[in-house]
Amino acid sequence: MRHVEHVMGTVFSFDVRDPVDATRAVEEAVAWLRRVDATFSTYRTDSPVSRLGRGEIALADCPAEVAGVLDLCESAARASRGYFTARPGGRLDPSAMVKGWAIERASLILTRAGAPNHCVNGGGDIQLAGSAAPGRPWRVGVAHPLRPGELATVVTGSGLAVATSGTAERGPHILDPHTGRPATGLASITLVGASLTMTDAYATAAFAMGGAAREWVEGLDGMEAFAVTSDGGTWRTPGFPGVPVVGHAR
Amino acid sequence: MRRAILAVLATTVGLVLLLSFKPHEITASADRPSAGARADAASGRDPGFDGHGDGDEDSGGAGFGGGDGFGGGDGFGPPAGDHGGGGVSSNSGAWTGDGASAGATSGDKTVTGDAADTRWGPVQVELVISGGKVTGVKVLQAPDNNHRDIAINNRALPILNQAALSAQSAGIDTVSGATYTSEGYITSLQSALDRAGL
Repeated sequence: MRHVEHVMGTVFSFDVRDPVDATRAVEEAVAWLRRVDATFSTYRTDSPVSRLGRGEIALADCPAEVAGVLDLCESAARASRGYFTARPGGRLDPSAMVKGWAIERASLILTRAGAPNHCVNGGGDIQLAGSAAPGRPWRVGVAHPLRPGELATVVTGSGLAVATSGTAERGPHILDPHTGRPATGLASITLVGASLTMTDAYATAAFAMGGAAREWVEGLDGMEAFAVTSDGGTWRTPGFPGVPVVGHAR
Repeated sequence: MRRAILAVLATTVGLVLLLSFKPHEITASADRPSAGARADAASGRDPGFDGHGDGDEDSGGAGFGGGDGFGGGDGFGPPAGDHGGGGVSSNSGAWTGDGASAGATSGDKTVTGDAADTRWGPVQVELVISGGKVTGVKVLQAPDNNHRDIAINNRALPILNQAALSAQSAGIDTVSGATYTSEGYITSLQSALDRAGL
């Protein structure tokens, strides 16, 4: 079954391939996403994270998940030499961690509810579980950041997390925290790992790094990358589970 | 995948329409409920245009009320003939593109898209397919306030064809890309895949 839900300022697509009625499981996952949004949204001035950022409440006053996510942010910041930050532009905004984390949890909810073969796509960041069909791995198209409607590559595999950071829709919006200026150099970078929480956070950090991301990702265990550079070139780390797109790959 | 391709076409036409809207004329609520706007565009119009529900019971959302497929024999087969209720004003737009005189040429097909819900209201188009390519586009339905202002640019046609070919050649389940907004989703390939599978 499929389900599409508008939440967290984007669209979540659920695609459950198990031959079971997953309606309740998907409802549970959607309720989870709405709770996350209510807690972490920086667009809602009354959310705990907004209030925490303004200093109106303490971390101890927030739901326990907030401290957990901020811990994850710290470890991502350390692992990325500061290219990941929970304070882009100086204001508390852990959104770059929250979405991947929320998607991964939503995927776990589906698995625990008896639907272990599914895809949860939240605004272009994806947690896959199991396979697309018995014996058939998932195929994930990576949108080409410079040529709308085209794919830059296709990732195949089972149980993968796929996250892409780029400028595609909103123009440059990821800041290099070390310069305070929009990151340039890459048009988009796609990271593939096992779990989306860190895969997504690292994709954001890697985009901010630009060309230096290649060496950084090669040094990360269980993480592979594919990038389209600003001038339209591409590169990939040796273990990237991609297949060329006929007619589009370079 | 075939239905996804059709959905890509419908969705991309929606993109073109949205881009054609003049912002100051957008007055409809963004919270317009999804109306299940699968429209029976065939009824009351030239029966030669839309063909017939051809026994394909699949009620998928791709929903091009199709005839015998896309003509041209390049692998585009018969789309789902899902004809629900809900009338649409007909013949409300002008044809754009080389296929504007379609119907006269043998081998041309005309297919009618599902009404796609956009934040400004339902949008529906009709396409002329010739030799497997989209050669003409006509707006059947659009939010009233914008009705007279919609023009489809000829540049849309190569985009439509490219989107179809990309989806066809890749056989993908889902799409990863830089985060899109709710509005951006409408025009995304992921949206097309969702519509095809819903």
